[in-house]
Amino acid sequence: MKFTRRDTLAMGAGAAVATFMPMQAFADANDEAVMAFTGDADIMDEGVELTAPEIAENGNTVPISVSAPGAVSILILATGNPAPRVIEFSFGPLAGAQSASTRCRLAGTQDIVALAKMADGSIKRATSIVKVTIGGCGG
Amino acid sequence: MADNVKPRVRVPRSAVAGEAFEIKTLISHKMESGQRKDSDGNPIPRSIINHFSCDFNGENVMQAMLEGAISTNPYFQFEAVIQESGTFTFTWLDDDGSEYTDSKDITVG
Amino acid sequence: MKKMKKFTLSATVAASLAFFAGTASAQVSDALEVDGTVISTTAPAPDFLDIDQVLSGWLFRTPETRALQTDDFDNPGMVFVDQAIDDWNAVDGSEGKSCASCHTNGPEEFAGLRAELPRWDEAQGKVMNMEDYINLSRVEHMGAEPLKWAKPRMDAMVALISLQSRGMPINVAIDGPVADMWEQGRELYYTRVGQLDMACANCHEDNYGVMIRADHLSQGQINGFPVYRLKNSKLNSVHARFSGCMKNIRAQPFAVGGEEFRALELYVASRGNGLSAEGPSVRN
Repeated sequence: MKFTRRDTLAMGAGAAVATFMPMQAFADANDEAVMAFTGDADIMDEGVELTAPEIAENGNTVPISVSAPGAVSILILATGNPAPRVIEFSFGPLAGAQSASTRCRLAGTQDIVALAKMADGSIKRATSIVKVTIGGCGG
Repeated sequence: MADNVKPRVRVPRSAVAGEAFEIKTLISHKMESGQRKDSDGNPIPRSIINHFSCDFNGENVMQAMLEGAISTNPYFQFEAVIQESGTFTFTWLDDDGSEYTDSKDITVG
Repeated sequence: MKKMKKFTLSATVAASLAFFAGTASAQVSDALEVDGTVISTTAPAPDFLDIDQVLSGWLFRTPETRALQTDDFDNPGMVFVDQAIDDWNAVDGSEGKSCASCHTNGPEEFAGLRAELPRWDEAQGKVMNMEDYINLSRVEHMGAEPLKWAKPRMDAMVALISLQSRGMPINVAIDGPVADMWEQGRELYYTRVGQLDMACANCHEDNYGVMIRADHLSQGQINGFPVYRLKNSKLNSVHARFSGCMKNIRAQPFAVGGEEFRALELYVASRGNGLSAEGPSVRN
């Protein structure tokens, strides 16, 4: 089989599209997850505290904490994971604070987003980047 | 029921009415995410704990919907505030339909 | 030479620890204490080493990873200790006994054992590891099958018994009847092997404190074993870790439970003399 210059260009373009596609898919999945939680409400970047390590030694177990006084529920998204939803906390009448901590898996360095739904339906947001290191000798 | 599933919870023995205190829970579970493939390249089906709730005397403290991105042996730390003595109940729901529970009594002095 | 190394140590370790501390959200000091038990993460190096100080691998981890070991509830390794307690009480084998049938005071009977292992056992006429003692009891007293080394049941039981010595200084004898085996272990530690042609010492003696890609090289101490690793979410035994290290340097690993790793374990354990037993510890 022989490749002409035109074929080669076309293949290059195809490859570019192919590498771009998954990113697009991620973005769509993130948008969907956000929309499902927020509906049409405006999002304000305040009122939520998201604590995550700046550098995670291993993506398998990354400690994260969220706190949003007055929130009914908090959704955490890992925007670079194949499935962005990580966890959704809902707080009942006996919650001592609208805060919780857990441990999650991150597929790589990425933004973590916490969305808090307040009692009046408004949405507050915090974002934090976590760098996930890959060990030089992970064995 | 998945193998070796063992819930652990830490609740203080006593509390002051109206003052928030910390609760920690951990349950041993492999949390197979559904994103991995076996050595033949076939996807390994998701098998996780998908829901957790903490209640006190029938009233809710906190609940969580877990996804495959929660680490092996799911861990939670959160706060509760109560007015009277009673019992905390903790419930974890597994993808396979199993339910794991634990409970802890607490005295309000 | 010793002075020089000291300078390198304090400069690199301090710099890298400060680097992590500066970027961290969790506040963890360099002192490790669990439920009132103080764990020494530094100690003067044993005389046979050409460095001044021995350092627990805990010091080389990020504050978030360190924090996991400061509270037994947060330490995922304790899940396996719980499993081992069930196993301790479970009857197994032809004699109808559990561990608890003979060891009526509980696993607490073994306080101090971990800190001395591997050690020469006169009655057995050989150097014994924790795994050897567990299987000796199972086979001879319970009439049960021996547990396989580096498998979950064994690693969990090793963790339960190691825990009883937490905070006690590692004190592994290197002379007398173990001298030859210790020398063999020392030889292995300094022998370059594998396609990358590296010895244990190249990373863990010559370059600890520096980054190997994104990983912070430790002294390779084994005082914290078995170790719960975030990487594989389970307990890892000493020999399994040796095996992993050898694969990383593209070498054919020695057999788990075999003569070479037994000698290496004896030698590496003794390099940590003075550090506290820490198991089950948490690492990346």
